[in-house]
Amino acid sequence: MDDAAPLTGRVVVLAGGLSHERDVSLRSGRRVAEALRGAGIEVEERDVDGRLLPDLAAHPPACVVPLLHGETGEDGAIREVLELLDLPYVGSRPAACRTAFDKPVAKEIAERAGLSTPTAVALPHETFRELGAAAVMDALLNRVGLPLMVKPAKSGSALGCSVVREPGELAGAMVHAFAYGSTALVERFIEGYEVAVSVLEGPEGPAALPAVGIEPDGGFYDYTARYTAGSTRFVVPAELEPDVARACADTALAAHAALGLRDLSRTDLIIDAAGTPWFLEVNVAPGMTETSTVPLAIQAAGLDLGETVTGLVQRAVDRVRTLS
Amino acid sequence: MPATPYPGRVTRDVQHGSSTRLDSYVDRYAARTRGMTASEIRALFSVASRPEVVSLAGGMPNISGLPLDVVGGAIHDLVAQQGSVAMQYGSGQGVPELREQICDVMALEGIDAHPDDVVVTVGSQQAVDLVTRIFCDPGDVVICEAPSYVGALGVFRAYQCDVVHAEMDADGLVPEALRQAIMATKAAGKTIKFLYTIPNYHNPAGISMSPERRPEILEICREADILVLEDNPYGLLGFDREPYRALRADEAEGVIYLGSFSKTFAPGFRVGWALAPHAVREKLVLAQESATLCPPQFSQMAVSAYLATHDWQGQVKEFREMYRERRDAMIDALDDLMPASCRWNVPDGGFYVWLTLPPGIDAKLMLPRAVTARVAYVPGTAFFSDGFGSSSMRLSFCYPTPERIREGVRRLAGVLEAEMELHATFGTLSAEPDGGRGLPTRSDYESPSTDVN
Repeated sequence: MDDAAPLTGRVVVLAGGLSHERDVSLRSGRRVAEALRGAGIEVEERDVDGRLLPDLAAHPPACVVPLLHGETGEDGAIREVLELLDLPYVGSRPAACRTAFDKPVAKEIAERAGLSTPTAVALPHETFRELGAAAVMDALLNRVGLPLMVKPAKSGSALGCSVVREPGELAGAMVHAFAYGSTALVERFIEGYEVAVSVLEGPEGPAALPAVGIEPDGGFYDYTARYTAGSTRFVVPAELEPDVARACADTALAAHAALGLRDLSRTDLIIDAAGTPWFLEVNVAPGMTETSTVPLAIQAAGLDLGETVTGLVQRAVDRVRTLS
Repeated sequence: MPATPYPGRVTRDVQHGSSTRLDSYVDRYAARTRGMTASEIRALFSVASRPEVVSLAGGMPNISGLPLDVVGGAIHDLVAQQGSVAMQYGSGQGVPELREQICDVMALEGIDAHPDDVVVTVGSQQAVDLVTRIFCDPGDVVICEAPSYVGALGVFRAYQCDVVHAEMDADGLVPEALRQAIMATKAAGKTIKFLYTIPNYHNPAGISMSPERRPEILEICREADILVLEDNPYGLLGFDREPYRALRADEAEGVIYLGSFSKTFAPGFRVGWALAPHAVREKLVLAQESATLCPPQFSQMAVSAYLATHDWQGQVKEFREMYRERRDAMIDALDDLMPASCRWNVPDGGFYVWLTLPPGIDAKLMLPRAVTARVAYVPGTAFFSDGFGSSSMRLSFCYPTPERIREGVRRLAGVLEAEMELHATFGTLSAEPDGGRGLPTRSDYESPSTDVN
C-alpha cells in the first residue's frame, strides 16, 4: 500500500439499521469513526434510511465502511447496493456475505474445507408444524445429543441463543430462537474454551491476528456478557499451547478463504479438551465496540485501530481504482 | 493465573497473554451497581426509535399542541427581565413563586397545602429518589402495586430495597392484598418503609384507585404505621370525569405527595415536586442540596412564567381531548384486531393500556418478533421486581397518531398470531397465567385488566 495514492475525501461509516443489533452497530460505528478521525480521515457517520442513497449519489464518498450488524448489514444486501452505486467499500462481497451470514451454509462450507464443526441440523419452523414438533425434536436430540445449542440460523450477538442440557428445555429454546428468525440451528454444544480469531488482509495477504480468549463471568457469552464492560475476562493472546494457537489461526484463515471473505473477518471457535478448535461461525461485519474482540486483537498485534481501518479503506479505494 | 474452568485452555508451555475485562473499575463499583448491565431488551428498544417502527413502548407525552410562541415569549421575557436571577443558583427548596403555583395545582385535587411544605425536584423521578434516599436502608421493604412504575422500581433497586408487590383490581390496589403484604413482610422480620402507589391512571396498569377504596388504603397504612408515597403525574389527565381527591387531601401527616409538570406542560423542563410533612420536608431539602445544590432555577422560572401567563388548564383540557382520541383509537383497534384470548383494560385517563396475553405467551420472548414486524411495546416483567408479569405488556397510546396506533396494533396482532402458532406447534402454551418457562406464579394473582373486553 506504500505506493498507493493518498486517501482523499470523506469516508462514510454506516451504522445503525433496523436489525436487532442496531444498538451494537451504532456502538461499532462510533468506535470506528473515532479511530478513523484519529488517523486524520474525514468521517461521516450515517444510519441507513431512505435518504442514504440519494445522499451517496449526490456526494459520493471516497469509501464506505459498512458496520451494520444483523440482517441487511451482514447478509450482503447493503454491499450489493454499494456495488450498484460503484462505491468502494470495506469488507466482503455480497455473495460471500450471504453465505457467511447463514450459519448452516457457512458450517457446511467450513466442513468441506476440512474444518471441524459441531454436528448440527438447521430446520425452519414450518417443519416442526408440519411433521409434529415432538417427533422432530426427538430426532434432533438423537442426532445432535445433549448438551446442545439452539441459535437462529441468521443472527448475531448471541441473540436468541440458548444452551439446552435437558430434553425438556429444547421446546422453549426453539421458541426463543424462532423469535429472531424463521430457521433455527440446533448444534452439538462443545464444552471448551471459546476464542475469537480475526483475519486481517494486508499487502502480504490475509493474516490471523492473535486469538482472544473469552471467559464470561456467568460461563455463557450471551448478550449481557458481550456488551457489559467488566462482565467478561478477555485474554489476549489467548493462553494456548503453540500448536493449538497455530491450529486456531489456521482454522480462521481456512474459513476466511473457503468462504471467499475479504479485508476483515472474525471466526468464533471453541477449543475442546483435546485442543481441537471447532468452527462455530464467522462474521463479515464483526463488532467493533468497546467490548468487542476484533479491536482487542488488533491492539494485541501491535496495530492501531485507526491506522488498520485506514489501511482497509485504502485497499478498498485502490481495488476500485484498479478495476476502473 | 487463577485456575480455569475451561478444559480447552492449556496452562503449560503457553504464550502468556494479558487479561482484560475492558473495564478497569470493575472491582471498585458499589454492590448496587451490579444490576446495571447491557440487556437484550434494551438493545431491541434501540430499534424502536426509528420512524419505521410504531412504538407503543414509550411514555413520551405528545406536546405538539403546546403554544410554542407563548412559551418562547415567556422565556424571552424571562431572560430579558430576570436573566441574572434565572441563570443563577437558587434555593434548594425551589423558587417560592412556583411553589405557590404548585399549591394551586394541587388544590384541583383537594389538597390544601402550604408552599413551605413543597420541595421542587428534577421531575418527580428525583422526588422518588430523594424520598427513598432519606428513608430506606438496604434491605428495607417498599410495598408497590403489582405491576408498578418501572422508573420507581429502578430507584428502589438502586437503594437496595426489597420490593413486595400487592395486587390490584379494577378499583386499584386491593386492600386485602395490602394487608397480606404488610403482614407477611412483618412476619418475615423486615421493615416496611412506605407504600408506593400511583392512584390515578396508573403506569402501567391504566386504572385508578376508586374514591371508595382510598380511605381504606389510608387506614391500613395508618394502622400499620406505614408512610404512603403518592405518585400522581397523570391525575389531571382524566377523559371523562373530574379528578379524584388525592390521598394527601385526607391525610397530611402520613402521605408524601409527588407531582410533575412533565405531562401537564412539558417534560423537558424537568420540574416536579414533593409535598411532605414539615420534618420530612427539611430532610428532603438537605438531600436535594446534597444531590443538586438546587433544582434548575431557569426551568422553574420558565414553568412559573408559563403558568402565570397562559391558560394552562385550557391546555391540559386540549391534551385530554388529544389523549382521549388516541385511547379510542387503541381500544377500537384492539377490539377489531387482537385475538379473543387477550384481555385489556379501557383506561379513562393517562397514557397506558395493560394487555394480558393468552397463558403461556411470553411478551419478552416475543419482542424480537415484534421488532422485526416494526412494532414495539414494553414487556410486563419490567413492571415487577420479581420476574412476574411475563404474559403481559404495556401499550402506550400517548405519542403516535391514531392512524399509527391502529397500524401498530395491526402489526402486533400479526406478531401474536405467529407466536401463538409457534407455541401451539411446540406445545409450550401453558394453562396457567405466567406459566411456561419456569417463571414464578402466584395462584391468587389477578391481572389488573379486569375491565375486560
